[in-house]
Amino acid sequence: MSAGSEAEMPPLDDDYRPFYRKLTPFDWGWAAALMVGAFITYFYFSSLMDIYELSILFGTAVGLIVLGWYWKPFRLFMIVVTALTLAGIALYDGDLARGQTNFFLNYLLASQSAILWMCTLYVLATLAYWAGLIARSPFAAQVGTATTWAGSVMGTVGLGVRWRESYLLGPEIGYIPISNLYEVFIQFAVITALLYLYYEQRYRSRAMGGFVLTVITAAVIFLLWYTFGRQGHEIQPLVPALQSWWMKVHVPTNFVAYGAWSIAAMLAVAWLVRDRIERKADGAPVELRLPSLEVLDDIMYKAIALGFLFFTIATVLGAMWAAEAWGGYWSWDPKETWSLITWLCYAAWLHVRLTKGLRGPILAWWAIAGFFITLFTFVGVNMFLSGLHSYGTL
Amino acid sequence: MSQTNPDRRHSRARVVVEFLGSMNLAITLLSALAVASVIGTVLQQNLPYNDYLIKFGPFWFEVFERLGLYNVYAALWFIAVLTFLLISTGVCLWRHTPSMIREMRRYRENVEERSLRHLHSRMELTSPHGTTETTTAASELLQRHGYRVRRRDADGATTLASMAGRSNRLGYIFTHAAIIIICIGGLIDGNLNLKLKEWRGEVVVETRDMPASQVPAESRLPPGATASFRGNVTLPEGITADIVFLNVRDGYLVQELPFAIELVEFRIKYYDTGQPRSYESDVIIHDPELDEPFATTIRVNHPLIHRGYAFYQASFTDGGSDLRLRAVPLIGSGQEPLEFEAKVGDRVPLTTHEGRLHLEVTEFEPINVFPDDETTERRFINFGPSYTFRLRDAAGNAREYINYMLPVRQEARLFFLSGVRETPNEPFRYLHIPADRQHSLNRFLAFRDLLLDQERVTDLTVDFAARSLNEGTAPESIADVALTMRRLVNLFGTGGFDAVIGHINETIPEERRAELSTAFFRVLESTLQMLYLEVLREEGVDFSNGLEDHDAEFFEDAVNAIASLPAYGAPFFLQLLDFDHRQASGLMITRSPGTSTVYFGSVLLMIGIFLMFYVAHRRIWVRITPNGSGSTLLIAGSGSRHRHEFEKEFNRIAGLLQRRVAAPERV
Ligand code: HEM
Repeated sequence: MSAGSEAEMPPLDDDYRPFYRKLTPFDWGWAAALMVGAFITYFYFSSLMDIYELSILFGTAVGLIVLGWYWKPFRLFMIVVTALTLAGIALYDGDLARGQTNFFLNYLLASQSAILWMCTLYVLATLAYWAGLIARSPFAAQVGTATTWAGSVMGTVGLGVRWRESYLLGPEIGYIPISNLYEVFIQFAVITALLYLYYEQRYRSRAMGGFVLTVITAAVIFLLWYTFGRQGHEIQPLVPALQSWWMKVHVPTNFVAYGAWSIAAMLAVAWLVRDRIERKADGAPVELRLPSLEVLDDIMYKAIALGFLFFTIATVLGAMWAAEAWGGYWSWDPKETWSLITWLCYAAWLHVRLTKGLRGPILAWWAIAGFFITLFTFVGVNMFLSGLHSYGTL
Repeated sequence: MSQTNPDRRHSRARVVVEFLGSMNLAITLLSALAVASVIGTVLQQNLPYNDYLIKFGPFWFEVFERLGLYNVYAALWFIAVLTFLLISTGVCLWRHTPSMIREMRRYRENVEERSLRHLHSRMELTSPHGTTETTTAASELLQRHGYRVRRRDADGATTLASMAGRSNRLGYIFTHAAIIIICIGGLIDGNLNLKLKEWRGEVVVETRDMPASQVPAESRLPPGATASFRGNVTLPEGITADIVFLNVRDGYLVQELPFAIELVEFRIKYYDTGQPRSYESDVIIHDPELDEPFATTIRVNHPLIHRGYAFYQASFTDGGSDLRLRAVPLIGSGQEPLEFEAKVGDRVPLTTHEGRLHLEVTEFEPINVFPDDETTERRFINFGPSYTFRLRDAAGNAREYINYMLPVRQEARLFFLSGVRETPNEPFRYLHIPADRQHSLNRFLAFRDLLLDQERVTDLTVDFAARSLNEGTAPESIADVALTMRRLVNLFGTGGFDAVIGHINETIPEERRAELSTAFFRVLESTLQMLYLEVLREEGVDFSNGLEDHDAEFFEDAVNAIASLPAYGAPFFLQLLDFDHRQASGLMITRSPGTSTVYFGSVLLMIGIFLMFYVAHRRIWVRITPNGSGSTLLIAGSGSRHRHEFEKEFNRIAGLLQRRVAAPERV
């Protein structure tokens, strides 16, 4: 190769720098802030944490850093959540009674209030998304996106402040609020909403919002009933079986899967709707805001795959926890067994998708059935079957 | 894998393998396993066989037993489905692994131009640069994108074959191998070995209830006889055990341990709400292989692992607490209270007015914390120790009671509480006996005794009648009134208000009932008051200025308590005087040597699934042919998954290549 011809060639496009070289100062600031946060937590609370909890702390920090790098809008979300949560904690100033006397706590930041805000915002978001889809109003859909973000902020703040509130009730009572049915329903709503927001941005379509937010609204309705009908929001100390660092990884992992599968099921509904309309049109082009069948199928597959990965991890973590708490990694406890059933159901779904010919409606209906099986694993088992999983008896 | 095999003899085996490794079978088996698992969750597993018999009746009990539904996951048919899935996965793995590995290793640099033109993603370029430069440029670009490149020169053309993300194929192997590894680990830890021993008649399941030391040798397993087991033992404080009970269907086996475990103390710590905060057992392990015994604590979520044996805090019960009891008679006066000792779990024969009864002490609770109903604040009060017992009559009928040791404050008054119920499903109905100023039962018992003391009641009522009636009333009328008083007190004392009402209904014609019953109740009330004042007088209470609140309320409460005695059903009130609490800790002891295999498989599974979903195996070929002084490039590619993402990447790489090699014309 002559020097001359080399000179004529333009250099390689610099768009293909390694990943870390593409990070902006803001990206590095984000990482630094999270690490500082983790170290401050370590500094103040390390005496209360064992080695596993410390690993979870730093693991979470690293996880959030990467998530923020990969999905940029998540950072603003986290910043707002952190600011509001810290404000809530500061307003309490160590005295639980302020929840009623302080204006901001009472109407905004106390966990009960924040969670009611979350409920309201999610319901509004659902209406806005549907309005956007049916009235073909991009503005309404944008309102949907904004309220979904806002609802997710309030839900997360509610959980964060509740964490503090549980310690204000008594230092020995305090626990991370992912432990009873009330708390996991909030977690479910928030995780599902965030996952949806990710897909919405990734596929640049707000048309699926109404479908997904409908599931979240159903969760909200349950939550309201559970709060006002059953006083489920009261903070109760943890039973000994739940006092374990395993819970901190097992439960959230599970809910990523539940959230992803709920989205998949609602996309399946959207798929069926679009399919029905297209068939009626009989080949004529249809004017629909919904993404094409192919795209819907693609997102559905990705959601199910994500759910499958997380559910596998959650089940393995659960088995390891069971080995430590119950004396065996697998006891055929109803919750365990239903997890297996759910897992097998989606394993079968993934294989069905790989076999030619079995596509389309079968996959869609299967994903919807999978959602109901998931739902049974999530709440049905606690309601109808007895077993070792103690949280959330109704 | 050979694509064609003309040998006919192999073809049947081929069909079987084909079938076993087919995706449709896999889907069917996955679904079948899911459905089969449902059964075990709908039907509660491993209950005592009697429970099933009661639930289903003899016919269905038999049918379900044959189908193995009481322990589905150990039933042959269930294991068969599982085995089939394993075989199918194994066959699938065996059939696909060679091609997967080939896919990972081969770059396909000898691909034909024709095949490239069939690929979905492709692009053609011409460049003024010679083949050497374009080849270098393309190769560099591909490498920058993480592709590994192979080069082949043939037929006057240069082919760059490159690929990335080949570990995706490894994901397939990992995932499916993991399933097999996990199942093997599970099998090691399952009870298959025990089943074999049972089939061969080496062990016999014991169903009789007997002390462990008397269990015959054929129902005992020496240490190491089974690689894995899961059993339970209940250890009272101060007791040492070197055995574990393995539940098998409706019986058990005794597994011996190579060392002994002693329970020193079992502790429950509580939150201020009274909910348990931790369960802990202080134990000592006596192991002949150790120089000296070692002490440790087992907690929920913190098991002890010693020589491959794991000890878990599973449950607790009473280990035979000693209770000092006093039976205070409630029916018939003049009986002395009886004091005696009983242990929780004991059956004590008692002779009473109403014949022989058996006292069965079932439970003892040292604390009972309840939310304080009398404030809206979050406050809790401890009612103190309680114990439950059953009183069984000669016919075998029993009522269940719960008694609190200390008087409990309710609406600012103190009561001795005793709950009673006929069946375990109903809530307790409580008898409230008021406590006197000394927090004792004495005043209540004195009042009660007086009511039942015929002689004294006669004297007092005659006296009372004489005092309350106008002077000059005929002695016969006084006697009449006194008699009525006595009769009413007697009726009330033995049968409560019901007996009084029954008497009124029997003796008085209907038209006068309303009017007279009011009068009767007024008489009863004032007589009871008179008797109560008599009790106070004997106690030495000065009530010349009227009754104090406490004494007035006491009267009301005592009358209510006496009124509800007939429904209480026990001829005595069993008072707890003192106790010596002794607990027993329920430990689960397991050995599961397959655990590390299962964990290894699980890690493999998670990695495998990640690789399958998030790493895509992509290939890009660049075929460069000389074209005058320049060259022609055919770029083509294919990706194993995520078509959209691959197409984007392909277009970018091809676009960059175009900018680079075709640049001079554009500049
Ligand atoms: C519990 C059992 C099994 C599990 C959990 C499992 C899991 C999976 C998963 C997660 C995938 C990836 C699907 C995707 O890429 O969308 C996959 C692919 C596949 N599975 Fe299974 N599988 C199981 C049993 C089987 C069996 C019994 C067979 C035999 C026919 C089989 C054959 C395959 C094949 C051929 C693929 C496609 C691999 C590829 O081309 O990338 N699997 N499996």
